[in-house]
Amino acid sequence: MTFIPVILWSDALVFLLISAIIAATVYVRKRPHLRLPWQRVARSSVAMVSMLVLSCFLIIGLLDTLHYRVALPQAGSGEKVYSPEVLSVFDHLVGPLRTHTEKTYSAPFALHLYAKESMTDAQGNVVRDYPRLQYGGAHLADVSQRAADVVQRAVAGLLAGALVGLLLAWSLRHHLKQRAVQVTMVALAAFIGALASLAVVYHVLGTDKVGQDVLYLSLKSIRTGLIIGTLTTLVTLPLALFLGVAAGYFRGWVDDVIQYVYTVLSSIPSVLLIAAAVLIMQVTIDTHPEWFETSAARADLRLVALCLILGLTSWTGLCRLLRGETLKLREMEYIQAAQAFGVSSMRILSRHIMPNVMHIILIALVMDFSALVLAEAVLSYVGVGVDPSMISFGTMINGARLEMGREPVVWWALASAFVFMLVLVLAANLLADAVRDAFDPRLNRTEGGA
Amino acid sequence: MIAYLIRRILYAIPILIGVNLLTFALFFVVNTPDDMARMQLGIKRVTPEAIDRWKQQRGYDKPLFVNTAADSAGTFTDTIFWQKSASMFVFDFGYSDDGRSISREIATRMGPSLAIALPTFLIGLVVYVSFALLMTLFRATALDMAGVALCVLLMSISGLFYIIGGQFLVSKLWHLVPISGYAGGADSFKFVVLPILIGVVGGVGSSSRWYRTIFLEEIGKDYVRTARAKGLSELRVLFTHVLKNAMIPILTGVVVVIPLLFMGSLLTESFFGIPGLGSYTIDAINAQDFSVVRAMVFLGSVLYIAGLILTDISYTVVDPRVRLQ
Repeated sequence: MTFIPVILWSDALVFLLISAIIAATVYVRKRPHLRLPWQRVARSSVAMVSMLVLSCFLIIGLLDTLHYRVALPQAGSGEKVYSPEVLSVFDHLVGPLRTHTEKTYSAPFALHLYAKESMTDAQGNVVRDYPRLQYGGAHLADVSQRAADVVQRAVAGLLAGALVGLLLAWSLRHHLKQRAVQVTMVALAAFIGALASLAVVYHVLGTDKVGQDVLYLSLKSIRTGLIIGTLTTLVTLPLALFLGVAAGYFRGWVDDVIQYVYTVLSSIPSVLLIAAAVLIMQVTIDTHPEWFETSAARADLRLVALCLILGLTSWTGLCRLLRGETLKLREMEYIQAAQAFGVSSMRILSRHIMPNVMHIILIALVMDFSALVLAEAVLSYVGVGVDPSMISFGTMINGARLEMGREPVVWWALASAFVFMLVLVLAANLLADAVRDAFDPRLNRTEGGA
Repeated sequence: MIAYLIRRILYAIPILIGVNLLTFALFFVVNTPDDMARMQLGIKRVTPEAIDRWKQQRGYDKPLFVNTAADSAGTFTDTIFWQKSASMFVFDFGYSDDGRSISREIATRMGPSLAIALPTFLIGLVVYVSFALLMTLFRATALDMAGVALCVLLMSISGLFYIIGGQFLVSKLWHLVPISGYAGGADSFKFVVLPILIGVVGGVGSSSRWYRTIFLEEIGKDYVRTARAKGLSELRVLFTHVLKNAMIPILTGVVVVIPLLFMGSLLTESFFGIPGLGSYTIDAINAQDFSVVRAMVFLGSVLYIAGLILTDISYTVVDPRVRLQ
């Protein structure tokens, strides 16, 4: 099976982000004074546990970022034709989850469909009953075997996962010393093992309206959430940094202009500003269908544009913070000394001011991440979020929202979206706290020669 | 003080013009008046005459920014931008696409919005500050840790979950209050109680934790040590000294949102079917009714600027050192 790699816009930006992070890591590792706060983060077991959970999400998101298109079986000797469907390495790994689609809703671990259908029984009579699922528990000959089978598979998966986790924790024992981290690692591996062994034959979290596996949808949503949370900051950062620092340092008319711009932007209710910008983007995208080879490329550009819009509308808060901090810094003796020595403004800004506001930026970025993940769901509900064809927590919630009124209640799609989101955001929040504690210069510390 | 206020209010005018220019550009780049006419009249029988007539009726038959055909002053005033923006400054918002007066619509919808937003704000403030004070009182104990953990957990939950979960639990399972809807007068209680409750619960996490940080910062200061050295009880220190001094950072975040309470909450109102300004806005976004959206943007900006001015005034009330000039 041949394939052609596809690099979507968001993929390219993610790769850019990863290379930037790697470069920053190399830079920080060489400098003990920069390494110190990170060592404080590493000592906190809450931070390390949440980092572990986050890295599971990250791995899924990264695997889901490596996209490709499969070559279609050739009829003649013409040139190669590739399927219009863009898949990712992650799709390939969880193959059965993606392809095992039922007709409509089915509950978690169900063997039967949610809705009744007319069927012909052995005697040739037409009866209305719940049909068996095509894939969910299809290997069971008898419905009553289900409980025993679920337990058996879960235990087998749990043990296999725990074994892998133990090996992993043992091999990393010199790097991850905290007991809590090691325990979490084993528990996570066991959980993933059990989930994997069950997900192959059951719909562990049920199926949605068009029969797609909810577990698959939830896992696919992770990438969308991560991208919104990280790429948006990529847009926010340069704007807020340059404008904020310039306003604070130069004062005068530069300050007036920048303050005017951000007061105007921040006085518009953000949802309305985002809605207006998203509507424009939608019209632009709809009028230029020729830009996109596949529908995935279109949905992806919309995602990138959404990040851009969110970034352009949300830089004002950080800008204000940076301006205030720069106002304070420029009165410090060492800056005034630099000015007296005739150091150029550019050099003062880049060598003296920017390094001293970096902690604010880092703290703001990690704190914003979770807010953005949560905002995506709300925006999708308002109708100005990601493309409806893109799998995200917002579209999952939006699609399942009205199903709470059904009898019996279809709760699993909503619950899965919320639980996955909760775990992601909680881990991010806990890590953000640890990062803030470690970087905040207002907290006096005595260890490590700080 | 008066001179300061006048200057602040004058300073608001260029900001509002900027807001107007920005929203005008955003909306009219998306939809030219021709597109708007076509959408409103329906796709089927659209003749150029019908479009022209629609534009003339709504006052969209003029150039956008510069009218070269008109004489000196008319060059700028006889344009869509001037005609549609100037009237906003006297709060005349014109008519929505279904022909209703936006100003009247805003006046009638403000009530239900406030009925939800004001109690949510007040109850919320009391609950959050008390919870934060409680955590500060028991700082560095297991109780404090549990409180912070609860806050982080609560703030990690999506706001949509509070609404959907609350509706499901309270209305659908327990049948305590109607799922959605609104009625005026005494009946309104059973409709507003759930949205208010959900609004308060939804904000506990982030607000309480923020207030706790502020209190903890104050409690490390010298005057607190002095107060303790004088032999004051911890409760007294907390309530009379710390709370008073912590008011300044708290006010920065709180006062600015008071005027915006009029705008209501988009999510809450649309989920609970409250006929307030929030649901009005969301309906306008979905129907792409730009006159309404622009009116709401303008109103929002005015209220935000009012909030900023109020914040400054409130500083002088709580902090005698601050003088506005």
